Amino acid sequence: MTEQPRLAEENAAVLLPEPFVRWFAAKGWSPRAHQLDLLAKARAGQSVLLIAPTGAGKTLAGFLPSLTELANRPKRKPGQAHRGIHTLYISPLKALAVDIERNLGKPVEEIGLPLTIETRTGDTPSHKRQRQKLAPPDILLTTPEQLALLIASNDAKRFFEDLRYVVLDELHSLVISKRGHLLALGLARLRAFVPDLQTIGLSATVAEPDELRRWLVEQNQPEGSKSPDMAGLITVVGGAKPDISILDSQERVPWSGHSARYAIPEIYEAIRKHRTTLLFVNTRSQAELLFQELWRANEDSLPIALHHGSLDVGQRRRVEKAMADNALRAIVATSTLDLGIDWGDVDLVVHVGAPKGASRLAQRIGRANHRMDEPSKAILIPANRFEVLECRAALDANYLGAQDTPPLIKGALDVLSQHVLGVACGGPFDADLLFEEVRRAAPYAGLDRETFDRVIDFVATGGYALRNYERYARIRRNKDGLWRISHPSVAQQYRLNVGTIVEMPELNVRYVRQGRGMAGRGGPVLGKIEEYFAETLRPGDNFLFAGKVLRFEGIRENECVVSNGAGANIIVPSYAGGKFPLSTYLAEQVRGMLADSDRWKLLPEQVADWLRIQEDKSVLPKRGELLVETFPRGNRHYMVAYPFEGRLAHQTLGMLLTRRLERAHARPLGFVATDYSLAVWALDDMAALFKARKPSLGQLFDEDMLGDDLEDWLNESWMLKRTFRTCAVIAGLIEKRFPGQEKSGRQVTVSADLIYDVLRSHEPDHILLQATRTDASAGLLDVSRLGEMLSRVRGRIMHKHLDQISPLAVPVMLEIGKESVNGGANDTLLMEAADLVEEAMGRS
Amino acid sequence: MNFSLSRATLVAEADLVGIAGERAVCDRRGVLYFPDLRLLAVSDLHLEKGSSFARRGALIPPYDTGATLLQLQSVITDYQPRIVVSLGDSFHDGGGAERMHQSFREQLEAMMAARDWFWVAGNHDPDAPADLPGDTVKELAIGSLVFRHEPSKIRIEGEISGHLHPCARIVQRGRSVRRRCFAADGGRMIMPAFGAYTGSLNVLDRAYAGLFRLETLVAYMLGAERIFAISGSMLRPG
Repeated sequence: MTEQPRLAEENAAVLLPEPFVRWFAAKGWSPRAHQLDLLAKARAGQSVLLIAPTGAGKTLAGFLPSLTELANRPKRKPGQAHRGIHTLYISPLKALAVDIERNLGKPVEEIGLPLTIETRTGDTPSHKRQRQKLAPPDILLTTPEQLALLIASNDAKRFFEDLRYVVLDELHSLVISKRGHLLALGLARLRAFVPDLQTIGLSATVAEPDELRRWLVEQNQPEGSKSPDMAGLITVVGGAKPDISILDSQERVPWSGHSARYAIPEIYEAIRKHRTTLLFVNTRSQAELLFQELWRANEDSLPIALHHGSLDVGQRRRVEKAMADNALRAIVATSTLDLGIDWGDVDLVVHVGAPKGASRLAQRIGRANHRMDEPSKAILIPANRFEVLECRAALDANYLGAQDTPPLIKGALDVLSQHVLGVACGGPFDADLLFEEVRRAAPYAGLDRETFDRVIDFVATGGYALRNYERYARIRRNKDGLWRISHPSVAQQYRLNVGTIVEMPELNVRYVRQGRGMAGRGGPVLGKIEEYFAETLRPGDNFLFAGKVLRFEGIRENECVVSNGAGANIIVPSYAGGKFPLSTYLAEQVRGMLADSDRWKLLPEQVADWLRIQEDKSVLPKRGELLVETFPRGNRHYMVAYPFEGRLAHQTLGMLLTRRLERAHARPLGFVATDYSLAVWALDDMAALFKARKPSLGQLFDEDMLGDDLEDWLNESWMLKRTFRTCAVIAGLIEKRFPGQEKSGRQVTVSADLIYDVLRSHEPDHILLQATRTDASAGLLDVSRLGEMLSRVRGRIMHKHLDQISPLAVPVMLEIGKESVNGGANDTLLMEAADLVEEAMGRS
Repeated sequence: MNFSLSRATLVAEADLVGIAGERAVCDRRGVLYFPDLRLLAVSDLHLEKGSSFARRGALIPPYDTGATLLQLQSVITDYQPRIVVSLGDSFHDGGGAERMHQSFREQLEAMMAARDWFWVAGNHDPDAPADLPGDTVKELAIGSLVFRHEPSKIRIEGEISGHLHPCARIVQRGRSVRRRCFAADGGRMIMPAFGAYTGSLNVLDRAYAGLFRLETLVAYMLGAERIFAISGSMLRPG
């Protein structure tokens, strides 16, 4: 910052109470300008958004208004009633709350402040929660789910009546999910209790700071209100530019795949040359693979550890502790380590695979160095040739300071349903007032009354056209016009199901001694694995998990039983989650790079060469164009398109194109999608069809595919069923499945899939199906992005017919057969199995 | 035999399954039809399961009874059976028949008219359904067949039962397919649950231990357009 030190000192003297000034002096530090700036704004009654890179003293800045205020507060006299919470701190991670308690406790003790700091998370024992209710701490560190629970209790108003500040950490990551919606509604509720409440948001750099500034304060304020509809903004510019390079490998960069196995010796060398290396990958499968490969190369037995969300909590905590103690030389991690937890002395970040987004890359590299004035060092390892282009684009963006965090989406209706029930659990409510309150939360600022009333109806009786459930209503409107829960058991049920994180069904991985088979008992739990993966395993199969080769023994209730494995054919678990699609911004950059041969100089020679040969044998699309190649191969006909819109949008496009080609009698057989391109293959010559305009390529890619074709396909899609399950759990229609609960599919539960089928055929406009479609369009299907692409390339599709496969098509063609095409076809598999039997029995 | 054309095409000779000497069609919609007896068996309708959940605070859509009856209507129209046996757990709980919407009750009564209808008592509905026609029985013996709700521990040849909601799972080309199924070994059969909200339990679960002769066990899995007969050795647990 450019501020003169003298000025800062004077400001400090004015703003900081004397013990703070002494503490800074004793440490040999002076308060940073943004810390004082934030304090001044908060003193003036403003809510504030602080955008700063890691290592800028963000946490202390966020708490300074609270700490200085609490320092001057008169002591509670004996016999006086307990005061309520003064400051609420909310973070997305439990671990982060625990971390802050430690980091904040130190200065508080050294300055000698008479205040209490406590955490409240899912792990907090119930006696401590009880005690916190009776004697609240001054500062409570917690998570969005715990806030929802506190609000739903009948003493919430008293508990929060003295609340002054809410500090929201890692706000950029909180606001993009449904947890953010729940939190925004919680904040609106807190403001109803305490109108002059102030918020302080701490965030990494984002593309649209104004969205976050609105999020922090009341929207739709009553007329004549003088308070601004945006929080104040303080931006701390990053210190030294990071030192990022792309690995210029001596080895051949592969055409496709995500393992980056070719670069292992070079990665290992880098680890040896640094103190502590943090290796980021995009998926848990990649983490397992990389970890395995590194240990194979680890001749010096360097302490290299593995960290991802499926591993047992105990094991993760041990790795985190070893990390903080600087006992590790390298750690392979997925996004579980993305957030701002203070780790040890990392001096190198290696990003294996393309980062998929420029902001994500910046945040991950920020991990490397917590002293903001020194440059962070990072190496990008592209796993294939397209990723080389993507890494280059991300690197350029990082130097330009470009941001591509996703725009905020409208508040979800399933979350609103949960909140409405929560409010009712806290006490009777008036629908008109609650509607106004909800609209003050930024994600719900545009909510209309009709939708809100449908949500209330849903919470009360399920909101069905067949009004069968009046007598089972969960909330009822009484004569006084207020809504109340109809029975205390409703509140109990609510408490068990609060939150917006719905996991895929998972099984514990239980280790038993080899040779004991399913009879073995009592070994340790290594972590969790998604049920659908475990179901594809056969006893005796070997797979990679928690950095070990395990032998699958079988499934016992909610456990996947394993023993020590070995052998050559090792399966790597595939996980549904954890794959980020390529950001719109990076996609645009990659398209630009393809079109501009001057920029190829920056690429490794083998990659530039690949593009030159493509230009020679086929063509490279100009900026704004969509290239579609067709060529025969074997006895099939292929069509490869290069939209660069990310895997999710491409999958949706592939589903829709194959439907259309089927109608055009091209007899399509399948498709495969990557982040960059899409290949469809068929028995008939698609190029001939396009030539005869039956249909033309323009008609095939017409935006109208997003109408009926999308609707038809959606209704049968497994993706919609999965999304429905999430919405139904969040909205409180079906209960969460808890770990340890025995799996007994028969009478006890009704599966979400069955409910979906019945509801869809009887009431397709039901509010929960509406919420499901909205979610799927934005999430798993990425329909909006596909729509933008189709409209952008209208009239600008370049068709190139070739005699053989082009260089650019090789990567996606290599994916064929590796990834199964999801969808229909299950009966074909049954038919195969039945035929096998008939064959064996000699019946046909 | 005097089958109409549509019924004749439904009963192709090759699709017949033998149970203790009687021959039956396993229909892909989850019912069992004995052409020689003109008898249709259906199991575990679990009518009013939705409202049973709603009573306890889970307001799942109230359309399950309608969906189940519609499907039942379609098989009855196709086969025109003389006798219908509902193998127990016809209602999800004892109060189910009373809670049923009047329109559904009328629909059910119309289906029951002009044919013999047996309600086999189940563990969810041990008593006769309130105010509905039909005979409530503990079990029913017709020819060499015995219809009961729960499969008996001591093996009875020719027993047709329900209760366990069998499903089967195969893995083919790395993908797992799970479907409801009829489970049979030539001597006894356990029928799939028919209700719209009924879940299922793998035939390899320990709840089925000792019920089947494993060497002749076949799972007749329900496909979208036909039944798939899968031998026991191909099946996977879970």
